[in-house]
Amino acid sequence: MSGQTFPADFSGHMLDLDEDDDLEVFSKNTSLADSSPMPNSPSSMVNQYRPEEEEEEEEQLQQQQGANDKDIFITVDNPESHVTAIETFIMYRVETKTTRGEYDSSEYEVLRRYQDFVWLRSKLEETHPTLIVHPLPEKFVMKGMVERFNNDFIETRRKALHRFLNKISEHPILSYSQHFKVFLTAQELLSHKKQGPGFLSRMGETVRAVANSVRGLRSRPEEFSLMQEYVEDFSNKIYSVDKVTQRIIKEQREYLDELKQYSPTYAQWAESEEELAEPLNGVASCVERCSKESDEQIHHMSEVLVPALHEYVLCTETLKAVMRRRDNIQAEFEAKNVALASRRADQESLQDEVDGLADRVELANNALRGDWSRWQNGMRSDLKSAFLSTAEKNVDYYEQCLAVWESFLLSQRVEPGEQRDGEDEPLPTHPIID
Amino acid sequence: MSLLNSYRVCPGHWTLGPDIKGVWSRCLTPEDHHDTQVLMMPEMLLSHIDLSLRFLPMLCGVTAQMLEEGSTLLRRMEICVAEAEKRNGKNTVNMQETFTVYLVETRPMDAVAEGRNQAPDSLWRRYSEFELLRNYLLVTYPYIVVPPLPEKRAEFVWHKLSADNMDPDFVERRRVGLENFLLRVASHPVLSNDKILHHFLIEEHGWKEVVYETGFQAKADSRLRALSATFRVRNPDKRFMEMKHYSDELQSHTSQLLRARARVADRLYGVYKVHGNYGRVFSEWSAMEKEMGDGLQSAGHHMDAYAASIDDILEEEEHYADQLKEYLFYAEALRAVCRKHELTQFEFEMASQELVSKKQQHEELSTGIVRTFSFKGMTNKLFGQEAPEQREARLKLLEDLIAEGEEDVQEKTVECGEHVERAWVDMHRFKEQKDKDLREALINYAVMQISMCKKGIQMWSNAKECFLKM
Repeated sequence: MSGQTFPADFSGHMLDLDEDDDLEVFSKNTSLADSSPMPNSPSSMVNQYRPEEEEEEEEQLQQQQGANDKDIFITVDNPESHVTAIETFIMYRVETKTTRGEYDSSEYEVLRRYQDFVWLRSKLEETHPTLIVHPLPEKFVMKGMVERFNNDFIETRRKALHRFLNKISEHPILSYSQHFKVFLTAQELLSHKKQGPGFLSRMGETVRAVANSVRGLRSRPEEFSLMQEYVEDFSNKIYSVDKVTQRIIKEQREYLDELKQYSPTYAQWAESEEELAEPLNGVASCVERCSKESDEQIHHMSEVLVPALHEYVLCTETLKAVMRRRDNIQAEFEAKNVALASRRADQESLQDEVDGLADRVELANNALRGDWSRWQNGMRSDLKSAFLSTAEKNVDYYEQCLAVWESFLLSQRVEPGEQRDGEDEPLPTHPIID
Repeated sequence: MSLLNSYRVCPGHWTLGPDIKGVWSRCLTPEDHHDTQVLMMPEMLLSHIDLSLRFLPMLCGVTAQMLEEGSTLLRRMEICVAEAEKRNGKNTVNMQETFTVYLVETRPMDAVAEGRNQAPDSLWRRYSEFELLRNYLLVTYPYIVVPPLPEKRAEFVWHKLSADNMDPDFVERRRVGLENFLLRVASHPVLSNDKILHHFLIEEHGWKEVVYETGFQAKADSRLRALSATFRVRNPDKRFMEMKHYSDELQSHTSQLLRARARVADRLYGVYKVHGNYGRVFSEWSAMEKEMGDGLQSAGHHMDAYAASIDDILEEEEHYADQLKEYLFYAEALRAVCRKHELTQFEFEMASQELVSKKQQHEELSTGIVRTFSFKGMTNKLFGQEAPEQREARLKLLEDLIAEGEEDVQEKTVECGEHVERAWVDMHRFKEQKDKDLREALINYAVMQISMCKKGIQMWSNAKECFLKM
């Protein structure tokens, strides 16, 4: 876990950073897709003075205050198109500011492409097969037929990549991974990519995993069976919530389109009226202003709720993969155990192997157990803040519209006063008819 | 609103304003009654009844003004269309059909004021009978902008509303529309005097025969004649032409607005209802979560409530749409008055022209000077003039025709002039009514929007509280 100790005067280190950088990083952090902008007030700095033992719990339970005890700040921005003979792709700038000892410098800036992120993530999963590694944005977006280099697509991807790196940096184990460090600091990533188990050995692992899973587990510990069930259910639910949200946005966009056609009908009518022109134009302007508010509300939902839900939809695949890998580790151990029981010769070496695998199972289980509650808390707080933000924005939308219509009413009450309070003008009367 | 203060305390009852009452009392002085026989029935009523109007704040739009308390001249009559019922019967081609009848209730106002719970007089009327009444009024008072009936078929429907005439919501809105029609007619300074109207309200059976007996159908202008007049009239009154143009504008604008509003309503319905899906999913999801469960569950309930709230909101908005529709149909009535002017003006022009032509012929014949080319003139030149006796006969004939023609022109001048005068008064009255009603309708619309926003604030604040508990 976090074998790091936070010096008591940690905040001193924080304040030592160049003030501008500090502010810049904080504002970048909170404005870019981070749906939990916690105020970085002096009182919240108090958290950093907690004794070491409580820090783990603190970190696990209060993910959104991670910004305060963070010692590493990462931003992903500035997407730029790079063209080579073979392909065109986008490079993102990854900027890191850190006070950690193992980093030679306190600032880094590198260029990374999507493939590099994929590499990082697969390395992290390899090294920590039963930890829950935050998902990356998808490679392609099928529905909506978004062009690969469409600006919205790039921006959405950039935000997701930013969140990805920040999630990793907040993870008590993953953030200290060597691969992570290399990703953030190495100017040239290619040489690092070539290291590590090659393609064939990775293939071998996969084949073994499949073979083991076919054989099946003898008995999965109950806690992991429950976890598996939860993952299944959660994946259905989050997918449904995501779909409902997309549908709502679609309906709202269609509503907005009609609203835009609606307000001009009042204005056009006003042109042929005298007395009525003023209230008609008033209504036209009210409808128009409400349209603007509606537009903002839709925008907010797309920027805040949709990405948050989408990330957790992607998470479910991660969770399923983690469960599978844990099962495989257990299966491998069980297989070797069986072999040990049957063979008489080579018992010593086999025993060593089995012991090693048993340890591996235990490590894997512990890692998952620990990360599981961390993940759940993270999920809860992320989704809570996304829903909260959406609800607040909706209240705000209705409040703005309310003000618009009330001011119209007010304008109407003032004018008719002169007309109505006084005597009515006698109307020209009808002549007497035969 | 300051207007509310001037309403009588008695809920839902308000009466004609002082200026209208002035007209009434003038109408009722004995000197003004020329044909006492024809007016016998209404005269009885007139001396005892003052037509007063039910207050329907959202729907009726008829102007509410104060009537002096304790008016001695007239008692008041309360009118309403209380119910609707389905009936079965045979139609004109002797086939079975189902139709709806509406209960028209009337009651003298003083009975209500005195607290006597007198049962109202009532009779049943079909929509087609209302149509007949209106057609009669249109023909009999072509200088009046006759209040319209509610639509025959549901138009500007958004998906939830049924276009079926038998649909209970449609029937209900039609009931209200019919009541509104009666109240408008009964509050009109001219139309409210009409005896056929009174018959309609009081006599259930035999009313149709009485209407037909007036022979109003024969007086109706043929479409062809009216159309021809529109194209061929030379000097129509400019004000009427402007008014006709305005009626076109009014019609086009209100229908565009109504169409757009219906589409907006449809979409808004979709937005609200889709939130109901949140309710369902949150509820299911909450079952599997420990810490998040409660918050999710209650948030889900609020989402359901939010989705359900749109039904009432849109139903109220239909009343606003109905107010606009009334003026959409009023536009047609306004145009009809302008068209009638074109017709009377055209007929006057035709008569004048005829007269001029006859006079010219007379002059030619008597002086022998041919001013204009005519075959008769030519043949006279070629073949010699006719005998003096024939000439005399023709001159005499022309003189008779000229005399007739002068009478005709005189008549048509009066007709045209009267129409212009009366129509102008009513169009002015209509304009004032329209401005007042529509302004109120727009204000009502704003009030509805405000109410909707307040509900939205409530719902989402509640949801926010629930999310906080997650």
